[in-house]
Amino acid sequence: MENLSLWVNGLKVEVMVGPEEMLADVLRDRLRLTGTKIGCNEAECGTCTVLMDGEPVLSCTLPALKAAGRRVTTIEGLTPANGLHPLQEAFVVHGAIQCGFCTPGQILTAAALLARVTDPDPAQIRHALKDTLCRCGCYPSIENAVRAAAASMRTGEALQGPSPEHASATHVVGRTMPRPDAAAKATGRARFADDYTFPGMLHGRTLRAGVPHAILKKLDVSRARSLPGVAAVLTAEDVPGERNHGLVVRDWPVLVGVGEKVRTVGDAVALVAATSRAIASQALSIIEAEFEPLPIVSDPVAARRSDSPRVHETGNLLKHIPVRKGNMDEGWRQAEVILEDTFHTPMTEHAFLEPECSLARPTDDGRIEIYVGSQIPYADRDQTAACLGVAPDRIRIIGTLIGGGFGGKEDIAGQIHAALLVRATGLPVKVLYDRHESLLVHPKRHATQIRVKLGAQRDGTLTAAETELYGDSGAYASLGDKVMTRATTHSSGPYIVPHVRADCYAMYTNNPPAGAFRGFGVTQSCFAIESAMDELAERLGVDPVELRRGNALRVGTSTSTGQVLHESVGLLECIDRVDARLRERGGAQPFTMRMVEGRPASRRAWGFAVAFKNTGLGSGAEDKAGAEVELDDQGCVEVRTASAEIGQGLVTVLQMIAAEELGVPFRDVRVLLSDTDRTPDGGPTTASRQTFVAGNAVLHASRVLRRAAAATLAEHNDCPPDAIRFADGAAWIGDQRLDMAQVAALMHAEGREPRASYEYHAPATAALGSGGDIHFAYSFAAQAAEVEVDTETGEVRVLQVIAATDVGRALNPLGVQGQVEGGVIMGLGNALTEEFIVEDGRVFSDRLARYRMPSIVHTPYIESVVVEHPVAAGPYGAKGIGEITSIPTTPAITNAIYHACGVRIRRLPVDQDWLALQIAGLPA
Amino acid sequence: MTFWDRYLRPTTVDEALQELARAPGESRVIAGGTDLLLDLQQRRQAPVRALVDITGIAELCDIGEQDGSIFIGAAATHSRIVEHSLLIRHAPCLVEACSLIGGPQVRNVATLGGNVAHGLPAADGTIALLALGAQAIVAEAGGRRTVPLESLFVGPGQTTLRGRTALLVGFLFPQRDAQEGSAFQRIMRPQGVAIAILNIALWLRMDAAGIIAQARLAVGPCGPMPRRATAAEALMCGQPANVANSERILKALAEDVQLRTSVHRASAEYRYHVLGVLLRRIVPSALASVAGALPAIDQELGESRGIG
Repeated sequence: MENLSLWVNGLKVEVMVGPEEMLADVLRDRLRLTGTKIGCNEAECGTCTVLMDGEPVLSCTLPALKAAGRRVTTIEGLTPANGLHPLQEAFVVHGAIQCGFCTPGQILTAAALLARVTDPDPAQIRHALKDTLCRCGCYPSIENAVRAAAASMRTGEALQGPSPEHASATHVVGRTMPRPDAAAKATGRARFADDYTFPGMLHGRTLRAGVPHAILKKLDVSRARSLPGVAAVLTAEDVPGERNHGLVVRDWPVLVGVGEKVRTVGDAVALVAATSRAIASQALSIIEAEFEPLPIVSDPVAARRSDSPRVHETGNLLKHIPVRKGNMDEGWRQAEVILEDTFHTPMTEHAFLEPECSLARPTDDGRIEIYVGSQIPYADRDQTAACLGVAPDRIRIIGTLIGGGFGGKEDIAGQIHAALLVRATGLPVKVLYDRHESLLVHPKRHATQIRVKLGAQRDGTLTAAETELYGDSGAYASLGDKVMTRATTHSSGPYIVPHVRADCYAMYTNNPPAGAFRGFGVTQSCFAIESAMDELAERLGVDPVELRRGNALRVGTSTSTGQVLHESVGLLECIDRVDARLRERGGAQPFTMRMVEGRPASRRAWGFAVAFKNTGLGSGAEDKAGAEVELDDQGCVEVRTASAEIGQGLVTVLQMIAAEELGVPFRDVRVLLSDTDRTPDGGPTTASRQTFVAGNAVLHASRVLRRAAAATLAEHNDCPPDAIRFADGAAWIGDQRLDMAQVAALMHAEGREPRASYEYHAPATAALGSGGDIHFAYSFAAQAAEVEVDTETGEVRVLQVIAATDVGRALNPLGVQGQVEGGVIMGLGNALTEEFIVEDGRVFSDRLARYRMPSIVHTPYIESVVVEHPVAAGPYGAKGIGEITSIPTTPAITNAIYHACGVRIRRLPVDQDWLALQIAGLPA
Repeated sequence: MTFWDRYLRPTTVDEALQELARAPGESRVIAGGTDLLLDLQQRRQAPVRALVDITGIAELCDIGEQDGSIFIGAAATHSRIVEHSLLIRHAPCLVEACSLIGGPQVRNVATLGGNVAHGLPAADGTIALLALGAQAIVAEAGGRRTVPLESLFVGPGQTTLRGRTALLVGFLFPQRDAQEGSAFQRIMRPQGVAIAILNIALWLRMDAAGIIAQARLAVGPCGPMPRRATAAEALMCGQPANVANSERILKALAEDVQLRTSVHRASAEYRYHVLGVLLRRIVPSALASVAGALPAIDQELGESRGIG
């Protein structure tokens, strides 16, 4: 250990540090300045940025001793004693904060820029923030926020706010409201799971198999057990309850035991808890495990062959998913043009910037509580309890903030392992994944092969659609059956097609498991069908927009599963409004290739695509959420539900709904999420469902509370309950005003709890194949993208995207804008940069340096058009938005590439190398 | 299980050499550490006894004129190089290369010496220095020697410095005269690994009649170690500028370099294809530099700005 003397946030600090300690370790662990977050620990993501002598550096890979005598500024140091730094305020006001995990790094990097350049142009902002990644894709808002802060700092004038598109507004709903958690995220006060510590806390780590398919022959943990500082080493024998976990099918071993089968490289073999992470890591390295390798299957098409190696005893078919409508012979007979093509999409990675972390500790009453950022807290509780062999109420899940999820935090990660280690040691245990482990373990987006065959008449009217899908679900079921069902039911697009046949084979392989990822299978099938539709338009010689318009679903028509749509089908309006903006921005012939002045090899063109996506679980699953709403003694409202805020803005929406219903100011409502002891189950945060389902639960609970309050006041004042109004933070009986604290006091005095709970059940759905409606609502979207292709190098740049989205009703316009921007950027990554590479079951993309995702440099100009076709059962007409915004982006881009250079993209991501050789007419 | 046992911060070259001599082969020089630390932590390199951090040695951080040449200390960061007025004037291709490496956070700590000492055949800084005709200054117990930059490289990722009690002090290259200029360009792949697929640096001296009097051309990766493409250089000399990218020269260049397929990065076919593209594109950039154009440091930022 060596003495390190440095200045941190203006204070001189002396600490003893080890030779391997990084600056981030000193800041977070020794000084408890947890505003500095660690996203990758490999100098890739920029999250850990701090300023050293005013310049941004990556604290995760800066040896602490390099900071000797230097002046370090963290986000805590940038924050004034009172209020916010202009950059912090601008990030809050402009909606540049979603999950907030990258925010301290973004703000510090921007602060260094503004210290040098008082009036930065967009290019300078992009240059400065180039390697500070935001997976929520807030880049346009970040750019706006930095410019607004610069203007305010330069002129001394008040900060200029944003003006997101408003469609309709009432008291609170439909107005621009800042996120309640944004200031805490901007100042670094916000705490994610790894920011918590408890006295005596141990560090847990997991030994991974590292082989894709094998029998575990031998496991010797004796050396690890005797290592000083090791408190426990656990193997499969130490799992007292259920040996497997799984959201749908319990097929995923908590730990693989001797004689049992390893099915993927990330399978857990042993657990260690030790007094430090370094000791835990060392203990892992001296565990001796021997494997007998088995033949590997790593491709879903190969997995279906009869001679394929078997991943599970039951075979490799996780699910065959058929969709049948009409009569295919008739459909082909009516067709004047038939077109067939096959598309491939890769496995992709969520790359939420906060790696998984579970912190479990024993409680005084002999239970275990787990602090974790999870998308499904009650499923965590139930699965953990089952594996520990205890009743569910012996486990308490306490949701922390979540640094991005996108579907990747639905399956259980370290929760069970942390609880097992607590059970073994009686001490708190933190199981934090590093980026490498995160990449290996959590389920990915399904790689797919999708064949599309379309029949159409000369005028473009679709007569038949046949699709065949293979989905690579990897080693375990996760949500594979559900994901591929959604891929399949959406695989003929949001079109009126009288005759449909779809067959999907969701297959087990020895690849890492695949599960939920924003878009939930529809991202893949939309790319296939929208590419095929563009090919069809060319074959028929019709305008790509016109072909979609003619076939678009509308009220009174039926989907591929025969579901007749009775309301809320805004697809035509989405198409029309994008079309109008497209012709304004791109001229009369947007799909015709254009030259670019000054760059003779470059070609530009637009592409177009549409999409739909279900809201809610569907297919007959019970879809419900509970919520409680309570008026406290100060007259403030607390909303409680176990639903996850993963950055999408659920807290804001629930706050707005309660404020709207109870007539109280927005900021008098606080929302408590995801505590299985204190908040009713809101169900999984998936399927774009929480605004609809949890939103409705809060809406109805608020109304129940309002009626109870009105009844109390009516009795007290001897007037009819409907004479009582709630507005401006008070109850009104004629002109008489009672503030909400008085209302609460009166209810208590009358023996009534000022609290209401409500369990909302979404409209029932029917199982696929039963003939009934499989979903209670669908969102729709149309997008146009302009690209520039360098025809010599194959480089593709997306210049602008026009996105129209039918969200039913935009409750939270700033949130809608964030979802549109983030969705488009994620779709852009899906098209151009992202590929989680696995070779024969082994993960190549096991570091963030091997998984490229969009940065601010890739960000196009994005124009959002909000379309509101309300759904009757939705809260104020709202339906889901989280996924639909991302789905049509990829085919809009790849169709644009075709129009720009004549090369049809059939495999994602667009390979620059292959594209250049195709354009040059060379063999690729 | 440690990756290094000691982290040392000498303040003079002699002190650093003494530390390295204490356990030859078991100590490593570290500057910015942006590559080395990850190599050690991710076990691509064996653990070492000590890391000898040279960024506290003032001489190694220097940038300035030295006997009519330009000197850049091995521990000068990319950020300082990009912003240094002397280098903007005398080393346009190096400024362009350094501006493209990493993001600002990495450029604030990563050093030119580290880029070179890593020994990778496509290191952007190395390729630019080759075109500038740079020499390397190496300090050893017995004194200092100035050697051609190329002579440091002995294989992929291998230099004559490794495993020896030797320290890279810095680089020297001639000042830019009025008829000289240089440029750097590269192609990245948006997927997979974040390493340049192909980069190119060209330095030209023109005579009064618009004929190329002298050329230095470097392409990375053109083989197991960084080097200049001398065959193409020779063909360029004596030619008017507008034929510097002719088919004949491209053919000579393509025959000179050995471009390979690297899995998840680039195919050999693509590399040969873009070799021609880069050669065609770099000549006008280098000529613009001769004419006094400032280095272009926003090359990869995108053109989407300003739309809307």
